[in-house]
Amino acid sequence: MTSTIETGSSIAGQTFMPSYDEDAAPAVPRQSLGRTTIDEKFVRIGTWASAFGLAWLLTQRLLPLPGLPWFLIMWFAAGLAVTAVTGLLTGGMIEVRDRVAGAVVTVGAMLVAGVLVSALAFVVMRGWRPLPHLNFYIDDMAGVGPKDPFTDGGILHAIVGSLIEIGIGVAIALPLGIGTAIFMTEVGGAFARVVRTVVEAMTALPSIVAGLFIYTVFIVALGYPRSGLAASLAIAVMMLPIIARAADVVLRVVPGGLREASLALGSSRWRTVWRVVLPTARPGLATAVILGVARGVGETSPVLLTSGAATFLVTNPTDGVMNSLPLYIYTTVRSGEPVAITRAFAAATVLLAIVLILFITARLLARPKRTKRSRSGRRFTQAPGLVGTNVVNADPLTEMGPVAPRDDLAELYPPALNEEIP
Amino acid sequence: MTTLPVPDASTDVRPRKISRKATGADAVFVYSARAVGATVLVITGGVGLFLGWQGYPTLKHYGLGFFTEVSWQPDADILGIAGVLSGTIEVALVAMTIAFPLALLTALYISEYAPAQIKATLVSLVDLMAAVPSIVWGLWGFFLIMPHAAYFAIWLQRYFGWIPIFDVKGADPNAAVPDLSRYAASMFCAGIAVAMMVLPMSCAVMRQVFSQTPEGEKEAALALGATKWGMVRSVVLPFGRGGIIGGAMLGLGRALGETIAVLLILSPSFEIKPRILEVGGNTVSSLIAGRFGDASKTQLSALLAAGFVLFLLTLLVNTLAAVIVNRSRSGAGTDA
Repeated sequence: MTSTIETGSSIAGQTFMPSYDEDAAPAVPRQSLGRTTIDEKFVRIGTWASAFGLAWLLTQRLLPLPGLPWFLIMWFAAGLAVTAVTGLLTGGMIEVRDRVAGAVVTVGAMLVAGVLVSALAFVVMRGWRPLPHLNFYIDDMAGVGPKDPFTDGGILHAIVGSLIEIGIGVAIALPLGIGTAIFMTEVGGAFARVVRTVVEAMTALPSIVAGLFIYTVFIVALGYPRSGLAASLAIAVMMLPIIARAADVVLRVVPGGLREASLALGSSRWRTVWRVVLPTARPGLATAVILGVARGVGETSPVLLTSGAATFLVTNPTDGVMNSLPLYIYTTVRSGEPVAITRAFAAATVLLAIVLILFITARLLARPKRTKRSRSGRRFTQAPGLVGTNVVNADPLTEMGPVAPRDDLAELYPPALNEEIP
Repeated sequence: MTTLPVPDASTDVRPRKISRKATGADAVFVYSARAVGATVLVITGGVGLFLGWQGYPTLKHYGLGFFTEVSWQPDADILGIAGVLSGTIEVALVAMTIAFPLALLTALYISEYAPAQIKATLVSLVDLMAAVPSIVWGLWGFFLIMPHAAYFAIWLQRYFGWIPIFDVKGADPNAAVPDLSRYAASMFCAGIAVAMMVLPMSCAVMRQVFSQTPEGEKEAALALGATKWGMVRSVVLPFGRGGIIGGAMLGLGRALGETIAVLLILSPSFEIKPRILEVGGNTVSSLIAGRFGDASKTQLSALLAAGFVLFLLTLLVNTLAAVIVNRSRSGAGTDA
């Protein structure tokens, strides 16, 4: 209210608008309404602390329920009960329901995380003892008995076998898979729809059946011996539909505008695919392929039927039996000897490390590029209503899922009409 | 004086011919892409056709009894997949009973409850969980979970033994020293390990669908005074229903075909039994892995036929999942 009367002005008693600086900082710092207050934090932490005590009392003193699992279960149940009671103290049933649901969801997610961590930690803890010995990585198991100490023998043959088998498998499945995906998305036509239907159907093929197919055709019918090549073929048959499907999903979310722009500038279809579509989809393709490879490396069942387990180093895939990491783990665990089981866990640790390296590579390749325009670290925002999968951070798991964005549907029905479709 | 140009009637002017035919490098591209597509069609379709074709002599030899016979005795020439098929479905159902609620909760947590900073990390963790080899889950289930699961199974039988599925024949849960071997290597234990394998896949599909929930509807629910759970219940869950069902069925499809963890944990027996806590059981995939080595030609084709039945079952479940997800509102694009 800065109204001053200017003398000399012809109009007396003129009112002035209060000046308001929109860019000025607020006089008082704004209170954040969404943040949890210190009271709420206390209640939240205190709830689970008191539930911890209750669970201890119930399982260790009152009820005959020994063991860690029962303690965790009782902790969860008591935590929910205390959450409900504290919710009831401050609000009504709606508050209680909100808090209990939040607790259940959070505990469920933490349980899953705990399971993952327990599996990784368990394997490493059971199998760390052979790992410091260098011979574990540069020696094979030829002439090494199941009871021999860890200073003898190693898993070089399994590591090399795994790498050779997956290498040949990828060399077969990758060009065919990505070529098929290009055919399905970029060429199209009635025949492409047939191929897409068959490929999608074959993703349902259990890996053991793929192995049995190669075993029947390659080994029984054609009479070749068990070899690394047969195992590679089984892995390729298993991976081909998966890679084709995943690459198809990734290529389909390349914006059509990019293709049209390239074609409108006069480039041919081939150059459009090579210079526009594939470079755009490169990170997504890399993710899909590497995760497919990670799955192929860890798959035991096709290898179990086709390669046979050698105890010595074999580098020629056509030359008889060849071992691989999953198969080595399986056969060694089956022997039942404690020393051998520890070796199997150590091999599982190595397998996990390989999968982890592949996984991290995939993540690094798929990492969204930082653009200069995006500020404040919010890189994942995308306009609602656009396709659900971003090309760059396309979810690698939905490669197998049916939630691929149906751009053919989106073209038929513009978004505004979507609600009317029954 | 200017004259209008008279069209020369002698040369026939016709519109330029428009051809969509590919020329030059494009033709090479189109034809080679088509050739690759045809190759893959032959390979993948060939596998399916081969399996189906192998089933024919089996059906001719064993008749429809192949589907109703429980035991698998190659020496007596009595083969049937009723026992293994029921075991497959039971293990898959146990796995889904465990994996479905956990996958749903995890997906909800990641998409709605998790702090924004750790969301991307959690998504990576779920993907990492999917990349963990099945043999590792087998080791985890066999060495870490099975001893604890046996005690849990005893407790279940003691209090819920009157329900047929929780009964265990030939074991007294109230004995001072319970016979743990009757509770180990059961379909329940195998189901736990399989659950951890299918969980990340279901979770990823569900999370993807939840993340497509229109932001406006969520904010509208909150603006009307809904709590977070109220918003989730009235907006996110109904919107994602198709994804929830589809993700669960996709997980079921994967659970049906899981081999190595089951082979490691379950001790093979051929019977139809609902008692999931009891030792023994078998699935189609572990039957194949266990019996392919010493199989004669007819038995091999019987194994292939069993594999074909498993494939058809998985295909059916996956197709249903795809139809459900694509039919639902969440499958199509949403209006902002």
